[in-house]
This record gives sequence, C-alpha cells and structure tokens, in this order.
Amino acid sequence: METKDQKILDEILKSHSYDQTAVIGIMQEIQKVYRYLPEEMLCYIAKKLHLSEAKVYGVATFYENFSLEPKGKYVIKICDGTACHVRQSTAILNEIRGILGVTEAKPTTEDMMFTVETVSCLGACGLAPVCTVNDVVHPAMTPEKARELIRELQENADKDAGEEAADEN
Amino acid sequence: MRINTREELEARRKEYAASLKTQKKQILICAGTGCVAGGSLNIYAKMQEILIKRGIKCALVLEKEPHGDSVGLKKSGCHGFCEMGPLLRIEPSGLLYIKVKTEDCEEIIEESIVNDRVIDRLVYHDPQGKPYEKQEEIPFYKQQTRVALEDCGRINAESIKEYIAVGGYQAVAKALFDMTPQQLVDEVSKASLRGRGGGGFPTGRKWSQVLAQKEEVKYVVCNGDEGDPGAFMDRSMMEGDPHRVIEGMLIAGIATGAHYGYIYVRAEYPLAVERLQTAISKAEEKGLLGKNILNSGFDFELKISQGAGAFVCGEGSALTASIEGNRGMPRVKPPRTVEKGLFEKPTVLNNVETYCNVPPIISKGAEWYQTIGPKNNHGTKAFALTGNVMNTGLIEVPMGTTLREVIFDIGGGVKGGAFKAVQIGGPSGGCLCINPTEDHLDLHLDFDSLKKVGAMIGSGGLVVMNDKSCMVEVARFFMNFTQNESCGKCIPCREGTKRMLELLNDICEGRGTMNHITLLEELAETISATALCGLGKTAASPVVSTMKYFREEYLAHVVDKKCPAGQCKALVSLQIDPKLCKGCSKCARLCPVGAISGEVKKPFTIDTSKCIKCGACKEGCSFHAVKEV
Repeated sequence: METKDQKILDEILKSHSYDQTAVIGIMQEIQKVYRYLPEEMLCYIAKKLHLSEAKVYGVATFYENFSLEPKGKYVIKICDGTACHVRQSTAILNEIRGILGVTEAKPTTEDMMFTVETVSCLGACGLAPVCTVNDVVHPAMTPEKARELIRELQENADKDAGEEAADEN
Repeated sequence: MRINTREELEARRKEYAASLKTQKKQILICAGTGCVAGGSLNIYAKMQEILIKRGIKCALVLEKEPHGDSVGLKKSGCHGFCEMGPLLRIEPSGLLYIKVKTEDCEEIIEESIVNDRVIDRLVYHDPQGKPYEKQEEIPFYKQQTRVALEDCGRINAESIKEYIAVGGYQAVAKALFDMTPQQLVDEVSKASLRGRGGGGFPTGRKWSQVLAQKEEVKYVVCNGDEGDPGAFMDRSMMEGDPHRVIEGMLIAGIATGAHYGYIYVRAEYPLAVERLQTAISKAEEKGLLGKNILNSGFDFELKISQGAGAFVCGEGSALTASIEGNRGMPRVKPPRTVEKGLFEKPTVLNNVETYCNVPPIISKGAEWYQTIGPKNNHGTKAFALTGNVMNTGLIEVPMGTTLREVIFDIGGGVKGGAFKAVQIGGPSGGCLCINPTEDHLDLHLDFDSLKKVGAMIGSGGLVVMNDKSCMVEVARFFMNFTQNESCGKCIPCREGTKRMLELLNDICEGRGTMNHITLLEELAETISATALCGLGKTAASPVVSTMKYFREEYLAHVVDKKCPAGQCKALVSLQIDPKLCKGCSKCARLCPVGAISGEVKKPFTIDTSKCIKCGACKEGCSFHAVKEV
C-alpha cells in the first residue's frame, strides 16, 4: 500500500477514534474514496483496530453495500423493490444490461466505466420504476429513457477519457 | 445560542412563531426524495434567484428582527403526493401547485406571490377536470389525518427554529418537569400506542420493562432501517421532520432513564442521514441534546449509526449487532432487547414512526390520542401507497380506515387495469384481494383486523396490483428477496427459502407439478415453525397468502401450463392476430432472431420454435396485432 493511501486510512481511522464498533462506518468511508474495499486495506484496518482479519472480512462480506471488487466509474443501481417490480423494472434492467453487455455474474464493463446492480428498494417507490446513477435518482424509467440515459453517460465517459488523456499529454 | 431553561424555550417559541407569522407569504418547496429527483432543488434555486432579482425580500431562515414584508422560501419535507411532484405550497393560503418546472417560477412569483392570483394550469385537477386550489381540499389529502406527519411538508425541514415555533420540544419540557418516568410510561400505555415497525407490540409495555431494569447504562435506539421494499414512510419522517424523531427518542430516554441514543439509518437514505445529522448538531447547539437539558439535570447523547445494506438488520437483535460493528445476525431470544440489547444493556428499540407519535401523546394527552382509531389500535398509520395506483405517495390515515377508502378515495383507483390485489407488510406480509369467496376491500387496516386474514401492517408499504400482475410471480419475487437477504444463521431460513425459490422458479418456468405445490406448503409450515427470527418465521407469508387467495392461478401454471396474467414468459407464446395485422413488416425487422416472416401487406406469422419471447414485436406493433396467448 502506498504512503498516500496509508495516510488517507489513518485519517479515517482517527476520525472514528480507532473505535472497534465503528468498523462499518470506517469501511463505508474507505469505499467512498476507492469505490471498493481493497484487501490490503482491510488487513490494515484490522491491525489498527485490534480486530482479527477474519472478523473484518466477515463484516465486509456480510453487507450488500461493500464490494471487494473494484467498481466502475458510474454505478447504476436498478431498483427491484415491489413497487418498481410491478411497474416493470425488469425490462429496464434487461435493457441496460443488454446495452452494456454485463450480466449478474459480471456486473462491471471491461473499461471500468459502468457497474450495473440491482437493489432491493431505494425508497423512492412513488416514482417507480427508478434507477440511480452514483446515487442520483432517475424517476419513472422506461426502456427508452434507459437507452437515452446510458447514451448520455457514455458520451460523458468518452469526454472524461479524452480529458484525462489530454492531461497526461 | 443555548436555551437554558423551560421559560427560555417558551420565550423562544413565541419569538420564532412571531417571526414566522410576519412572513407575508411562504413558499414551501417539497424537498423529499421524490420531488428532489424531479428537480425541486433547481426550482428552489430559481425561486431564490428571481426573488432577489426582483428585489423582493426573501427570508431563507427565520429573521431576528422581522420587517414584516418578506417572503419565506423554504425546503420542506415530503408533502406525500409524490405522483404529482415537484410540489410547491404557498402559505398562508394553502395553495398547492403540482408538477412545477423551473420555467414556471417567474409566473408563480408574479401571479401568486406579488399578486394573489391562482395559476389554473398548475393546480391539481381531478380526472373529471375539477380544479382544486387548496391542498387540504384535494381528495388525496382530505381523507387523511396527520399526527406523525403533522409538520412534515409544513415547516423547513432543516430549521430547528421553525420546529420550536410550531411547539417543538415542548413535550420534552413537559416530560422533564411535569411528569415522572412512571407517568410517562403510563401515558404511552394508556394511549395504547403500538409499534409502527410491524409487530405492533405495545410501546408502553416495552418502556416499562426497560424502566424496571436496574442497570445504570441503558440505550434508546431508533430503527430507521426501513428495508421493506415498497415502503418509505420512515424515510420521509427522518428527512422531513427530523427533530420530531429526536424529541420522541428524548422522551423515551427520560421515561426509561436512558442517557444514550442511536438512530440506525439504512445506507440507501443518504438525505435522511444528512438531515438528521444537521438536526442533532442544531439541537446540541441549543442545549436540547447533551448535558443538563433545560437545566433539568438530565443528559442525553444521540448518535447516528449507518447501515450497509442488510434487510435483516431491521430485526432488533441484528440491528444492535450491526451498531456494535458486527455482522447483523439475529440471536436467540431470550434475553430480550429490553433486558440485554445494545452492548448487552437494557434497550428501548422503537421504529421511527412510533417515536414520531410520542411528542403529541405527551403534549395533548392519551385521552386525545384515544379519540383516533379503534380500541387497542389507537392513533394513525402512515402508508406508502405505491404500485398500480393513480395517486402514489405517502399517506397517513386513522387506524381502522378501510382498504377501499385508501385505494379508491385517496389513491384515486387502480391504474392500467382492474384491481387484483394489494400487497401489505412487505416480505413478511401477505396479499389482500377480492375473489368470489373473499372481499378484503372493506377490511379495516389495523393490527388486529389484518392478523385475522393472515396479513400484517408491517412497516406500512401498500403495493397495489392490477390484473396484469401474476401472483405466482409476485410470490417468487418476494421469495427471491427473502432468499437474498437471509443472513444464513439458521438452516430453516437459509436452506428453506432457497428450496422454496427453486420450486417457484420451476412453476413460473413451466416445470411445475402438483408435487411442487404440496412441497411448497410443507416447507412454508416448517420454516414458519422453526426459523430463528421474525423475518425467517414470516418468510413464507407471501407464498402462503397467494396460495390461499389465488390458488387457481397456481393451478393454471402447474396443470394448464398457462400464466393468466401473461407475466411468466415461459408460459406465454406470441402470436400475430391476422385480422389486425396490416403486413407492414415492422415486426419482422424488429425481431432479433428472425422468427417472423411473411409477405408485405399480408398477415405475418411467428415461428414459435425460433421465438425467444423478447416482446420486441409486441412493443413495436402500431396496430396491437401481436398478442400473448
């Protein structure tokens, strides 16, 4: 692990006063920075919190929100709560998966731009069916709106990639 | 500035109320999750910009020295009428504008703020075209009784001053100075307040059990892990009136002698976390949380704990395990949470809505509360009305209101087809319906009446389904949910739900036999009898209730290999109606597998052996000639 990363982790741990019971909150903050929980970081916080690695791993794998695999830049969550389900959310999920060529087993695109997941309920049932892109809610989705949304995101992604390439030059 | 005594609290209330009253007009923009997704924050910004540009004095917070001619502009909590969002309410007239866009802002200011005119195009019109200017007159609102949601949508959700102005924290003062802990417990018991999280356990009894514990350290925990798919009442309360949640928890602390509290909020609700965090900091600043509250000698410290996506954490012992930083798995009871809960200490654990009911019970008394709802089920219940219904949204009605009133009077009827069923209580609940032998539409929605028909209030999600919903598929959907969310600790739930899901998948995919039905029934009984926690015990409820009320539909899947609602793709095949087909060849061009062929201007046909049932042809046909049979 690089010194830069260690510094970030130390700050997070410190802000929680190295409290063992705050391990979930600590992991949430790490995930906010890195978009997933790298294994070496879990080992590091286990050491610092005086918890066994098994315990930290156990907690990290128990909760749905934690990911031990890197996620794409845009995390698309399609709500499959009851209200969305009866308003045909499955069609939207299939549409988005189809366009991006991802599956339940392989939710992230090769270029690490998109991750497609389902969630049990986002609590925005009044606007069903909904999906979120990096936590921004998109209401009353249809397969057509989903296509449009993905197209916009892909354009943004291309633009970002272009800018990054320009920065490197 | 800190509020040191009860007298100071009263003085501030008067001061803030006066300040609120001098605002000539107030614009309340709904900043609930639904309206925010619809762009309400942009409307807020646009309104502010226009007010400033036009030189109208605009008060974003309560002013110290009000000049009497400013316009209050605020972000409020959820108004509930999510279907019509973004919503904008103008006080004092109570005018409600629906589906507001940023382009409408200029006109709203000119017509309704500067002048007193109503913009007809923006008010709610019922399906017959009758306009309703005032929010309270709209049928959706007219039949509601708001107790827990009283202030939600009426005050600035981020302002403690406005909460104090409408009488906030007065119940805490009363609890601290006028009543003993025993009297508080008795008052809540007398009101017969029951847990709004689903179980309906008497809150007063829970509190008295914690009060009786001799331990020095006790906890008050608020369950904001609203995981039931199809429910968002608690979310709206935490986002729209966070101080009321805090006040309810404070009173629970005073009543039981607990000095520490935790609010457990699910990770999917970032806005609720933010609003609660702001509310806690403001309450601490004012001395309404922390040491020596209002100089009473009572201390109370409150923290937020965030979930990380585990439905099972809504169960009491799993929730406390999660706050402690463990895997959120339930444990065997006893000892119960009231004896050994969070950190092994006596713990009051109630749901968000339950706490929201506490301040008015203490302020107005149990006798007032008893005037609402039937015996032993007093008070109101908030429901999230969703699914195939005209007016989706957040509602609050007296306990004992009938399903018909909720779906047809408030909800405006069923959307996209005829009424088939309503799912209540989430994955632990059941389906209610009308069929030749049962008619649940006139069923009273309260704890005891629902129990009689094998359903439960749950946290209050009401998902309406029309005749295009397949009930076997609905049961499969819930089983898939429960199976995903099973924590894996006990075998009946871990393995049993998996097997039940396999059986339901078989039925939906056309491999079902009568044996499948028998096995499902056996498994349901075994899981209910042997699972460790409440979630496991009720995991089979959606299957049991759909089998009871929609048995013919199961039989149609198993015996006739047909899905009457046309939802189970394996059991339907697509056909082109030769009478309707114009032979335009669009379907043949849309078909991804080349299963459709024909001659232009003559009816086309689908080769069922090639068809993958994707539905592209049906979706694309302009003449509705493609049918599922």
